[in-house]
Amino acid sequence: MAPASLRNRRFSWLVQASFVAVVVLVAWFLIDSTRKNLEVQGVTLGFDFLFRSTGWNINYSLIPYSPTDPYWKVLVIGLMNTLWLGFISLVTATILGVLIAVARTVNNRVLRIIGLFYVESVRSVPVLLQLFFWFAVYSNLPGPRQAISYGDMVFVSGRGVFVPGLNVSAASGALALAAALVTLGVLLWVGQARRFRRMEPWPKRGLLLGILLLGAAVAAAVLGLGRVPGTDLVSIPARRGLNFVGGVTIGLEIVTMITAITVYGAAYISEIVRAGLVAVGKGQIEAARALGLGGWHVFTRIHMPLAIRAMLPSLTNQYVWLMKATTLGIAIGFTDFFMVVAVSITQSGHTIELIAILMAGFLLINYTLARVFNWINRMIALPGSRVSS
Amino acid sequence: MSRRTGLSRHLTLTNFLNAVISAAGLFFLAWVAWRLISWGVLGAVWSSPSGAEGCRGTEGACWAVIESRWRLILFGLYPYEEQWRSILACAVVVVVTVLSCIPAFWTGRRLAALWLVGAGLYYILMRGGVFGLSVVPEARWGGLALTLFIFVSTILIGMPMAIGLALLRRSSMRPLAAAAALVIDSVRSLPLLSILFTAAVVIPFVLPAGMSGDKLYRVIIGFALFFAAYQAEVVRSGMQTVQRGQEEAALALGLGYWQRMTRILMPQAFRYALPPTISQIVIAFKETSLVVIVGFFELMASANAAYGTGEWRFAYVEVYVFVAAIYFVFVFSLSRYGAFLERTMRVGKI
Repeated sequence: MAPASLRNRRFSWLVQASFVAVVVLVAWFLIDSTRKNLEVQGVTLGFDFLFRSTGWNINYSLIPYSPTDPYWKVLVIGLMNTLWLGFISLVTATILGVLIAVARTVNNRVLRIIGLFYVESVRSVPVLLQLFFWFAVYSNLPGPRQAISYGDMVFVSGRGVFVPGLNVSAASGALALAAALVTLGVLLWVGQARRFRRMEPWPKRGLLLGILLLGAAVAAAVLGLGRVPGTDLVSIPARRGLNFVGGVTIGLEIVTMITAITVYGAAYISEIVRAGLVAVGKGQIEAARALGLGGWHVFTRIHMPLAIRAMLPSLTNQYVWLMKATTLGIAIGFTDFFMVVAVSITQSGHTIELIAILMAGFLLINYTLARVFNWINRMIALPGSRVSS
Repeated sequence: MSRRTGLSRHLTLTNFLNAVISAAGLFFLAWVAWRLISWGVLGAVWSSPSGAEGCRGTEGACWAVIESRWRLILFGLYPYEEQWRSILACAVVVVVTVLSCIPAFWTGRRLAALWLVGAGLYYILMRGGVFGLSVVPEARWGGLALTLFIFVSTILIGMPMAIGLALLRRSSMRPLAAAAALVIDSVRSLPLLSILFTAAVVIPFVLPAGMSGDKLYRVIIGFALFFAAYQAEVVRSGMQTVQRGQEEAALALGLGYWQRMTRILMPQAFRYALPPTISQIVIAFKETSLVVIVGFFELMASANAAYGTGEWRFAYVEVYVFVAAIYFVFVFSLSRYGAFLERTMRVGKI
């Protein structure tokens, strides 16, 4: 009889081989039955439908869209809406979350109690219920005729929020936004990167100011070139009849989505930030104080940088959650990626292909997000040191 | 003096600023409390025999909507005369949940027995067809009872799946570990809604006719898969916390794989994994509300229906507050229990 280790190895090979065989068999079985089901229904697999026109309209789009546009365009719009909503909610939820975390950690009992109430009550109610609640609240605001006015510039109504906007073409607006983001990136790079660390403070400050002015000038020039001829540069919403003209209308659906995701996400983010602040070792802070740093400097130079390193992995998970939470838009009719796919399925009948696109889209978004944050995590990691020591 | 954690270690507010913030905060809290009390208690209409008319012109809450619609919210479309069965079924779930919080039940066999008996009792009570109970098909289940059913089935199916996936992922057999990792990671990066949607809509395309079963059970399997993918990572991190020496010692004693897993590794891993497991269970409970989107009449959907019909249209805040309170009771008590466990375990009492 073979020795025990050899017997184990044989057994292990047997298990692995049969596992692979079962997987192949099940996959073949599923593919075969799918093919038969589709044959019965008279549907042919394939992505040709992406180039057919949709014939239905959507209520929120960042780029011009008409029902004669093809399916691939509506899917791209859905993806853009998801990313746009995710980006805004990520920023607002982080800001609110940090504020609450600070309220929960300063030495003021009343602030701590307010923070505690917020976190415990928001986290104990499903986000979908909160979404429905906010949607009901917003839809029951007065109609455009009795809209609540803030200085005759911003109007809030049950049909959406009307804010002043610029009379410029969409493309130049996007270009100006891109210019602003690039400027911000360059500023951060020059300000933080090791390459510029040995520069004298004054020329460095001058350089930063120059970059800022250049970026602002480029953005202004792009906006100026894209002006819609024959109109004022700034357009302010004004009541006309039953609705508003001019300005920018922010739809009820996206406002509701941002509110619900921000309120709910902030409760979780605040817990992560709080844990990060608490995790920083006592020795680090005592050492900083021993060096004679004041409270503010200890916080901005020692405590926060170390805390960010401690909280980044959990924050990444929370941001991935936030991206996935945009799919709740279908509950109130916000045309995010998921809703666009769901409507496309009922309209075109290409279920399998569209589900594959949906999954590929989310895998791509979340994988990219995780990679970006892991990269940041690696970049800021302190070699050879632990956060809490 | 409170424990000096977080910012209070160095960002101490000065006495004057502190007093100002405290006063403003207290004022804010008092204002919120007063608004809530005057709206929800003092100015509220508790009962209105004349329906929605009784609430016309009041400033406060119109709790009369709950009085007239509570059966719809709690039981959905369950037959009126049989709703006592629905209450009993909910009570069974609550009792089972409370019992499984007691350490005396914390062995795999006892927990499994408890939950299987609970689920069986629930099913018999709700479905009927035996002991002279009339048959109520799943399509008529609704409200809180359906929410609890989805929740319990998710945990019951998802937990063994999670343990299986976790064991597979750390297996030394490469294809098995790779398959488990693929399943876990891809499910975790997909939104739950897309999985529920796939279960409800796509599975009938993939399986041969007649094999795909009832939509409710497909959605529950989808839920369980999602729960299992997250829970598997929780279990796996619990396993990694167990010292290597434990498994090596078991190996040296000549214990086989199953004995090592069930007698040595799992009991210790679950002890470490208990607090995050409870928070996963809490999340699963909250996420049952998503089935409203794939067309089931559970608690969330019945809340929408309760104010959505004509006369009560104005009373949406009251309905949502009532349903939120139901969710709150379940979620908050579970998460408090989780926090309690975490504290006692840190002291080493369990």
